[in-house]
Amino acid sequence: MTDLAQSGDAPRPKMSPPADQTGIVGWLKRNLFSSWGNSLTTIVLIACVVWIIDWFIDWGLVNATFVAANGPECGKNAGACWALIGEKYRYIFFGSFPYEQHWRPLFACIAMLAMLLASADRRMWNWRLLVIWSVGSFVTFLLMFGELRFPLTIFLIVGLVVGGVGMGLRAGIASPREMLTYRVLAIVGGVGLAGRIAGVIPAWGLEINAFSYVETGLWGGLPVTMILATYGLVFAFPYGILLALGRRSNLPLIKGLCVGFIELIRGVPLISLLIMASVMLPLFLPTGSNIDKFLRALVAVIFFAGAYIAEIIRGGLQSLPKGQFEAADAMGLNYVQSTTLIVLPQALRVVIPPLINTFIGFFKDTSLVLIIGIFDFLNTANQALVDPNWAGFPGEVYLFAAAIYFIFCYSMSRYSKYLEIELNKGTRR
Amino acid sequence: MARSKTDLADAPTVIELRGVNKWFGQFQVLTDINLQVKQSEKIVVCGPSGSGKSTLIRCINRLEEHQAGDLVVHGITLTNDVKNVEAIRREVGMVFQSFNLFPHLTILENLTLAPIWVKKMPKKDAEEIAMNLLTRVRIPEQALKYPGQLSGGQQQRVAIARALCMRPKIMLFDEPTSALDPEMVKEVLDVMIELAGEGMTMLVVTHEMGFARAVADRVIFMDRGEIVEQNEPETFFANPQNDRTKLFLSQILH
Ligand SMILES: Nc1ncnc2c1ncn2[C@@H]1O[C@H](COP(=O)(O)OP(=O)(O)OP(=O)(O)O)[C@@H](O)[C@H]1O
Ligand SMILES: [Mg+2]
Repeated sequence: MTDLAQSGDAPRPKMSPPADQTGIVGWLKRNLFSSWGNSLTTIVLIACVVWIIDWFIDWGLVNATFVAANGPECGKNAGACWALIGEKYRYIFFGSFPYEQHWRPLFACIAMLAMLLASADRRMWNWRLLVIWSVGSFVTFLLMFGELRFPLTIFLIVGLVVGGVGMGLRAGIASPREMLTYRVLAIVGGVGLAGRIAGVIPAWGLEINAFSYVETGLWGGLPVTMILATYGLVFAFPYGILLALGRRSNLPLIKGLCVGFIELIRGVPLISLLIMASVMLPLFLPTGSNIDKFLRALVAVIFFAGAYIAEIIRGGLQSLPKGQFEAADAMGLNYVQSTTLIVLPQALRVVIPPLINTFIGFFKDTSLVLIIGIFDFLNTANQALVDPNWAGFPGEVYLFAAAIYFIFCYSMSRYSKYLEIELNKGTRR
Repeated sequence: MARSKTDLADAPTVIELRGVNKWFGQFQVLTDINLQVKQSEKIVVCGPSGSGKSTLIRCINRLEEHQAGDLVVHGITLTNDVKNVEAIRREVGMVFQSFNLFPHLTILENLTLAPIWVKKMPKKDAEEIAMNLLTRVRIPEQALKYPGQLSGGQQQRVAIARALCMRPKIMLFDEPTSALDPEMVKEVLDVMIELAGEGMTMLVVTHEMGFARAVADRVIFMDRGEIVEQNEPETFFANPQNDRTKLFLSQILH
């Protein structure tokens, strides 16, 4: 108190903290060498890390073979045989896709990466997303298949859906011209569809033949993994949202169906779903109708991922305070509005970490499609080992495959972190 | 108190409850509630915790469903018809104890959401109205912030402005100041008093007896799901009739 009296109103001079608490030395002292036990642990761990890095440099760089004609030549050196990767990387990346056409899956992968990167940016989360994905998907599949055929029926359905949804959602907001467009779209779509079903309008399709046709049976490697993971999750996501909302529904029938579906799917392994999709589904379909094996695998992945995503999103929905629902109701918002404007934006934010965790899991789980004879990235890597000329270097190939998987999964993990921060800007309480 | 009480004699009835009953399971929360609210009337509802005050006003905009009796709001009889419920909610604004602002939207977006989506108002018009209301509750400078960045008193004023954005005919308040630190209570009550002065029909659940004295045309005392006593504030506080009312008043007025 006397101190205070002496100094009057002037603030006390600020002192710098004790010297051994700051700077690198201070940090080391506090965090690594604060006690005898602590120091010992630090030293042992550092020694281990140094030893591993030293071994890896010896094996992977100093004693490694980068160029060799075959396996035995590689074996002369004690280190890694990277020549094997140089020999096989095109097969590992693109599988049995016709060799001289490999630029097509390459550009398909680039197109998908560009599409994913573009949609990662939050500023794109509006109508632009639709454009990005339409163009990206079109390019990807045109490159992979070589030719695409859009039946008239698809156009009619799109017209009907766009027209109908537009008329419903934009009623009273849109200009008369816009409303007229929706109405025309809906009418043309509806009438055309009725005509197709009645058989009045002949089957017709828009054909785009850009390159030679390559069937899905020849696809393999990275594009397969990327397509299965990307489109599997993109469809599983809205599907999972619907399941989660259905599970909270007041209508017993909808609720029962959703609970039943989720529990059923979660109760069986993905492999059994894949086998069912490839072996049993054709038994139920009329003979002659042939649904592509790749598509069936994709559907199995969507079902499986959807059930898991639904449960994660349900957790997010439960974390919302009741007051949010009540405030939305009291303002007169209807169910669709309060769900899309109030509930989902908040619920999804909460579940980003577990959601991305699931995405990462499914990216890797897609390699289970091997069981029904589809060659994703890990499986083409596996196949590359079969060559008797290059026998004996599985470690190198698996390390290479692991590195590629790691790049994808680690990027997703970082993105999750970024998204969390980005979406919580300013809203933190 | 120099206050010109609104002349309610010829005013039309805007809310009418006739024999309203409600149960939660086997537990009866509301028993034979009869209540008429005139246009521009200000009613303060008080009573001990668990007496059914919140349930009563939440029945008026169908956040809770009553099981027997008639409830007519603004000429519309409340039924299970979604159209009726939505029509009533457009006319009735509500302010909650816990504010319930939407934390992922800015203050301005919180205000314009309902006008744009429920009333289909053009965004520019909605924003103009919103800014006017924010000025009226004295926080226009906070428009672009998020609710989490505001103090409790500011949040509750935003919540009032948000309800007013829909141009409601009736405002319901459920303990609007109970979650606030003492120094913020006044800023919220001031806004409510101003609103009362403009002739808004208000139903307010509160224990702020000063507010009741200054604004209310009628104070209603509820206990165990019943309306036990109701009267003009002067008479209600000076000369309570029922023993339960006396006990309650002695507890909150010390
Ligand atoms: N959803 C519900 N399910 C079952 N009982 C409920 C529910 N909501 C309220 N109750 C019960 O109904 C009674 C009245 O509740 P209400 O919230 O209307 O009281 P209140 O007068 O507003 O009390 P408070 O002053 O504490 O807010 C309480 O006994 C409460 O436990
Ligand atoms: Mg209450």
